Amino acid sequence: MLIPHPLLGLRDAQEFTYLGDASLLNRPDASSPDAAVAFFDYVYLRDNPAGVHRELWFHEQGDRSWLIVTRNTLTHEILNAELACESAVKSEVLA
Amino acid sequence: MRYSGFRVIKEALLGQKGWRPLWRDPEPQPRYDYVIVGGGGHGLATAYYLAKTFQKSRIAVLEKGWLGSGNIGRNTTIIRSNYLLPGNEPFYEFSMKLWENLEQETNFNSMVSQRGIINLIHTDAQRDAYRRRGNAMLFAGADAQLLSPNELREMVPFLNYDNARFPIKGGLFQRRAGTARHDGVAWGYARGADMRGVDIIQNCEVTGMRIEGGKVLGVETSRGYIAAGKVGVAVAGSSSRVMSMAGMRLPVESHVLQAFVSEGLKPVIPGVITFGAGHFYVSQSDKGGLVFGGDIDGYNSYAQRGNLPVVEDVLEGGMALMPMIGRARLLRSWGGIMDMSMDGSPIIDRTSVDGLYFNGGWCYGGFKATPASGFAFAHLLATDRPHETATAYRLDRFARGYLIDEKGVGAQPNLH
Ligand SMILES: Cc1cc2nc3c(=O)[nH]c(=O)nc-3n(C[C@H](O)[C@H](O)[C@H](O)COP(=O)(O)OP(=O)(O)OC[C@H]3O[C@@H](n4cnc5c(N)ncnc54)[C@H](O)[C@@H]3O)c2cc1C
Repeated sequence: MLIPHPLLGLRDAQEFTYLGDASLLNRPDASSPDAAVAFFDYVYLRDNPAGVHRELWFHEQGDRSWLIVTRNTLTHEILNAELACESAVKSEVLA
Repeated sequence: MRYSGFRVIKEALLGQKGWRPLWRDPEPQPRYDYVIVGGGGHGLATAYYLAKTFQKSRIAVLEKGWLGSGNIGRNTTIIRSNYLLPGNEPFYEFSMKLWENLEQETNFNSMVSQRGIINLIHTDAQRDAYRRRGNAMLFAGADAQLLSPNELREMVPFLNYDNARFPIKGGLFQRRAGTARHDGVAWGYARGADMRGVDIIQNCEVTGMRIEGGKVLGVETSRGYIAAGKVGVAVAGSSSRVMSMAGMRLPVESHVLQAFVSEGLKPVIPGVITFGAGHFYVSQSDKGGLVFGGDIDGYNSYAQRGNLPVVEDVLEGGMALMPMIGRARLLRSWGGIMDMSMDGSPIIDRTSVDGLYFNGGWCYGGFKATPASGFAFAHLLATDRPHETATAYRLDRFARGYLIDEKGVGAQPNLH
């Protein structure tokens, strides 16, 4: 698999470490009253879709940036890659 | 029809005209007491024990493809009971005992071969860990033996003992472990279940679940609606997809695991050898092919095929362990979809929906579990109580903090 890094162009997926579903960016609020339930959900439960999946890849052997890669889990086709920090800023602005 | 040596001779004399299909191909009925979703090893074994041991009737197994199209037909056929934790080891040893009698039980040649498994040791710390594991195995009634470097050299002289990074210092040996013919296991259970009246319905995909007032009423399928008293789901890599039809999210990620087989060679590898440090394990099939594999690819996948980096990684592991493997030609490689649970251990449990039961999270180790998993799932479906060896496999253990952390594995690849 080749990942289209937004800054470095096409990079071999082997340079990256995979973490999983991009929703892991949305860490629950540890001080909220339902934190225990929210953290159980966050740590253990996954949508695990067959099809389009937004996921976190760490460019460990590259520029050490975190990417959000949109990939089809049925075909391994990579549809998009963006910097996680930019996506996080975007969602904060929207929130 | 019973199989026997006498039967083989008789058929040979009569021109092989007496053999019959192993199971019927029935139309689905409108209603069953028990509907098992998934015609892999676990689903078929569940149906078999439900009918045979628990004397239930009106049972159907619904399989979206053909029997054996999933992981039961894709694995590297290793059976063993060399686990450490109390929640695991008694269950896998129960499975091992069922394997030892499987062919008599099903009257089918599943080619169960107890040729032994060796887990290699490279450091003092690893030897301590394996000694502890071996003792845990003995406590649970399994067999275990610590091999010295010399004993090991005698059994498997061809290993690279003086590898600079992972010198081989011994091994943990389970003599009763081995391999079995994976398709034969599925066929044996399918035939046994069919003979006891179970309807095995192939090309029948479950597409939805009818749930009312917190109770499951039946399943929607590609061959129409089928009502059910109880529904047991055993669909391995498709666990999240099927359980999402009941509105559930699971502690499971689906990942691809690859395996490889070489051309047929004369007997050279006596049993199963695992090289955990190098992500490589190998055995030799009765046809002579070297059957080997390594790690999961490490990203969510439903594609049933993997990528080149893991192919390279596995082959490098093989070359490091036994350089002679470089002379063999690779014949085939393939992939299967693993239901990777978050602690690396399985789930056999009721769910929050009345009448809906779940069996999954087997990761890359569910083949050896096939007999016990079927037995325990049938026990749960029939009696509503977990089997005594499967009480730790609860779905709510993640919320309650009772993880079964056998090796610190699971779906998270950066823990491997
Ligand atoms: C390459 C590889 C090597 C392995 N090596 C080993 C090993 O050496 N030792 C070991 O113990 N384990 C091993 N495993 C793991 C083992 O194969 C699995 O854990 C086990 O087979 C899973 O249970 P099963 O047989 O029921 O799964 P499957 O055979 O996958 O059965 C599940 C069935 O459910 C069906 N299904 C899915 N969705 C639906 C639906 N909606 N409706 C109807 N049917 C559906 C599928 O078509 C499939 O046939 C390996 C796996 C792989 C891929």
